[in-house]
Amino acid sequence: MIEVKNLTKNFGKFKALDDLNLCFTDGKAIALIGPNGCGKTTLIKCILGLNVVEDGDILVEEKSVKDDYRYRNHIGYMPQIGRYPENMTIQQTIKMIRDTRNVPENLLDTELLESFELEKIYLKKMGTLSGGTTQKVSAVLAFMFNPKIIILDEPTAGLDPLASEILKNKIIKEKNKGKLIIITSHLLSELDDMVSEIVFLNEGKVIIQQSVTDLMTERKSEKISESIISILKEMKN
Amino acid sequence: MNKIARFILFDILKNKIVIFYTILLFIISWSVLGLENNYTKATLSLLNVVLLVVPLVSIIFSTIYVYNSSQFIELLLSQPVPRVKVWFNIFLGLSTALVFAFLLGCGIPILLYSSIETGFSLIISGILLSIIFTAFAMLSAISSRDRAKGIGISIFIWLFFSIIYDGILLILMFQFADYPIEGIMASLAGLNPVGLARIFVLLQLNIAAMLGYSGAIFQQVFGSGGGMGISILILLVWAIVPFVLSLIQFNKKDL
Repeated sequence: MIEVKNLTKNFGKFKALDDLNLCFTDGKAIALIGPNGCGKTTLIKCILGLNVVEDGDILVEEKSVKDDYRYRNHIGYMPQIGRYPENMTIQQTIKMIRDTRNVPENLLDTELLESFELEKIYLKKMGTLSGGTTQKVSAVLAFMFNPKIIILDEPTAGLDPLASEILKNKIIKEKNKGKLIIITSHLLSELDDMVSEIVFLNEGKVIIQQSVTDLMTERKSEKISESIISILKEMKN
Repeated sequence: MNKIARFILFDILKNKIVIFYTILLFIISWSVLGLENNYTKATLSLLNVVLLVVPLVSIIFSTIYVYNSSQFIELLLSQPVPRVKVWFNIFLGLSTALVFAFLLGCGIPILLYSSIETGFSLIISGILLSIIFTAFAMLSAISSRDRAKGIGISIFIWLFFSIIYDGILLILMFQFADYPIEGIMASLAGLNPVGLARIFVLLQLNIAAMLGYSGAIFQQVFGSGGGMGISILILLVWAIVPFVLSLIQFNKKDL
């Protein structure tokens, strides 16, 4: 559960987020969409504590992100571009993150690790991996510690069709377990079967927060992409 | 040592540039010490190389490493780890790796070809310079988002302490030659970490007399046992202050 309260974020004169109020409840997969520069990444970075929250507040599992860092125990994050120290192997990288998390062995979720077959290339150095394989490592790390909240930034961008199918199924499975999943994506067609709620941001403000079924009936379309495009066209007029 | 610091340490030790740096230091020290029979003279020649190369490699390599790790830092910060810990461990990993490279490259030849008494001060100042310039690198890397600008700042810091600072002192010395400024000059020279490292080694070698009158002043100001302690203390301050400044900036930075 994440609550965003009156969040305003400025970068110099540029207002990235403008008095934002949002509530993300558990058991949903939420798509965060909007044009470039609308504040998606800024919002995610504020939730993760990568951007400093000054005006307004964010509550993660009822704890303010301003107080201390421990709320991040509940969050798994898959970045858009993962870059890791080049000379360490996949195994060492995963082990290092595991050590910072301190989650006991029997509570680890290694399903993605097995389905991506990363153990076969465990001893390869991170610097020699292709972009897609690096993304697989990032995905494994995001899901590994059974967090209550999973944030995915353009998750399927670099993955091959097989891997993105595996990831999609995993996302749906975790959502059904009652976890909160936040996805940002430009590939609207990919979202159709995963997402249960849409948050549309523009110029730092929430334009729409609506469940997918409501959106479809309102816009009389069968795909998320079509309804979003109809909204965008309406905005232009 | 913390897991993150150890991870970064091992990553850097396998880095090609650091391996090259270690081998380069080894070849230089080995050839300088092997060619010269007089330990003191050899240590002096080596001192000049160390004072130039160690700060340069430490500051440039660390700056580039911090910039290259920006996404990794973001990933670490999305884990339940406080910011202070992440930044400190990067510093710890980087400086340990560079100290390690210096010890392998210079320490071993000194142990083999020279004596520990003459080489000791050189090893100490090499270690401290590695740490100081890593701290400067972290400060310049955090103060600019633009990589080219950050590396530029680093090069300037190196240039300033290695060349410009001494130049300014020389000009001052000529301008105020008629006044009794020796004490002030010695203190000013001691404020520059590179200059202080040089004075520190020269005094341990007992060749301050070669520096003439200013050498006598140095002997007076830094020569005693207490002076050695003070020199190390000032060098440590030079390591801590830039790092703490960078930490303060890192703590409130939007990544």
